[in-house]
Amino acid sequence: MPNPFAIFKKPLNKPELKGREAPKPKMPDDDLCIVCSSCGKSFFNTELADSLFVCPKCSFYHRVPSRERVKMLTDEDSFVELNEDLVSKNIIEFPEYDDKLDKAIAQSNENEAVICGTATIDGEKCALFVMDPIFMMGSMGTVVGEKITLLFEHALEHKLPVIGYSLSGGARMQEGILSLKQMAKTASAVKRHSNAGLLYIVVLCDPTTGGVTASFAMLGDIILAEPKALVGFAGPRVIEQTIRQKLPIGFQRAEFLLEKGFVDNIVPRKDQPNTLARLIRLHKGGSR
Amino acid sequence: MIFKKEVKNTKMTPYEKVVFNRNKVRQASDYIKNIFTDFFEMHGDRRYGDDPAIISGIAKLGDISVTVIAQEKGADLKEKQTRNYGMAHPEGYRKALRQMKLAEKFGRPIICFVDTSGAFCGLGAEERGQGQAIAENLLEMSNLKVPIIAIVIGEGGSGGALGIALADEIWMLENAVYSVISPEGCASILWKDSKRAAEAATSLKLTAEDLLGFNVIEKIIPDNDDVFNGIKVMLNQTLLKFSMMNVEQLLENRYNKFKSIK
Ligand SMILES: [Zn+2]
Repeated sequence: MPNPFAIFKKPLNKPELKGREAPKPKMPDDDLCIVCSSCGKSFFNTELADSLFVCPKCSFYHRVPSRERVKMLTDEDSFVELNEDLVSKNIIEFPEYDDKLDKAIAQSNENEAVICGTATIDGEKCALFVMDPIFMMGSMGTVVGEKITLLFEHALEHKLPVIGYSLSGGARMQEGILSLKQMAKTASAVKRHSNAGLLYIVVLCDPTTGGVTASFAMLGDIILAEPKALVGFAGPRVIEQTIRQKLPIGFQRAEFLLEKGFVDNIVPRKDQPNTLARLIRLHKGGSR
Repeated sequence: MIFKKEVKNTKMTPYEKVVFNRNKVRQASDYIKNIFTDFFEMHGDRRYGDDPAIISGIAKLGDISVTVIAQEKGADLKEKQTRNYGMAHPEGYRKALRQMKLAEKFGRPIICFVDTSGAFCGLGAEERGQGQAIAENLLEMSNLKVPIIAIVIGEGGSGGALGIALADEIWMLENAVYSVISPEGCASILWKDSKRAAEAATSLKLTAEDLLGFNVIEKIIPDNDDVFNGIKVMLNQTLLKFSMMNVEQLLENRYNKFKSIK
């Protein structure tokens, strides 16, 4: 199957959407027309995928399904998934949670809200986690916490850098206190990996909020963000309700975090593979 | 100071417990006064300011020096406003972390009293990195080379509570609650109806008994007139146990304790 993201192998600044000779590969929603929520123009799903889910018309950054993100980012056939079989159970017997899980699996075609594995990015080997916007908006329950923890442990054992794409509404309330504790668990795993002198780079995607912001998403040695990504602890609606006023434009966006000193840089989607590989290479020049 | 037993009956529903803990008379500072001696309060995070929602300092528990960190809601309306009802800003979590680092340097055990409806959400809190502050506490607490005990004395409100509660042992007062989200917040998100909070409180499994059942906490503390003395005895026993452990074992146990929650 031709790689629909082969566009990465070409100069990236002018995506050629028309006149590509390769037949478009069949994707789950191949025939689906997507209307850009920003400019209102409609595109075929595949068309959007070809442009890295950045609207060809208005440059709006659409959320990227985790599997597509892995394809966009990693060298062809280099991704080896880890712990893909872990599935959530309704441990605290929360009402309607079983149905929600079933629906999320059907919609996303994934077992959980994060996929983890090892891969090479522009030739650089790394451990990678990518959170999924379709699976309950990337919320963190016990399986998400466990998969991320296991990935850091794997990376520690094999002395690999970790690249993480955060995208989450926060802790998954349907798992009660157990989901909250995943914040402590993942942070502990990050610390062990860090103590070994290993590199962890986070890329904050829209949205990253709540318990994920307050744990592993803010713990990278290097924190990058996608343009205009919403990143915060409390969600904007909750803040507006609390302070009873409208939030200023741009509040909690990536550019705001950059200005306030909470991210190292904002990196456009097309530049991310190169940037990440470059950062991994730059870290090879130290004494450790 | 003598406290009347605040429990009206022994069988409160989960939501009754939530409401009960929001209006408790007994504050964290009362625990500090009655459990420890020679408490010396220290202020400020050395970066931005002092957050009155968190009280921190050094004290004696019998013969041992300990570091005490507590979320304080305030006794009367004026104090509640000063202390922002126990809802800390990022500087509060950084103030706590500074104290924890001092505790590690001088080999003092850390005792945290948790009582907050959550970390404050507002413009300043976001601007100054509420998420980052809590995350950093979790990262550092996971590796602090001294024992940490966290006691939920009222409300354990989500990440705001956890920010000072990554501990070797977590205890809860028998009627305390500890939850990932407020029942009202949960009900309004899931069912678009905050009036179903009581139902959400039951579903969230936020009582001390629930958490003991999930192995998320180690002990339930009986809430009676002898509560301060009860905690003092338990602290002494537990710190004695930890004093016989080497640091590697302590940290390994701490890691595995959270690792096993799945
Ligand atoms: Zn558009």
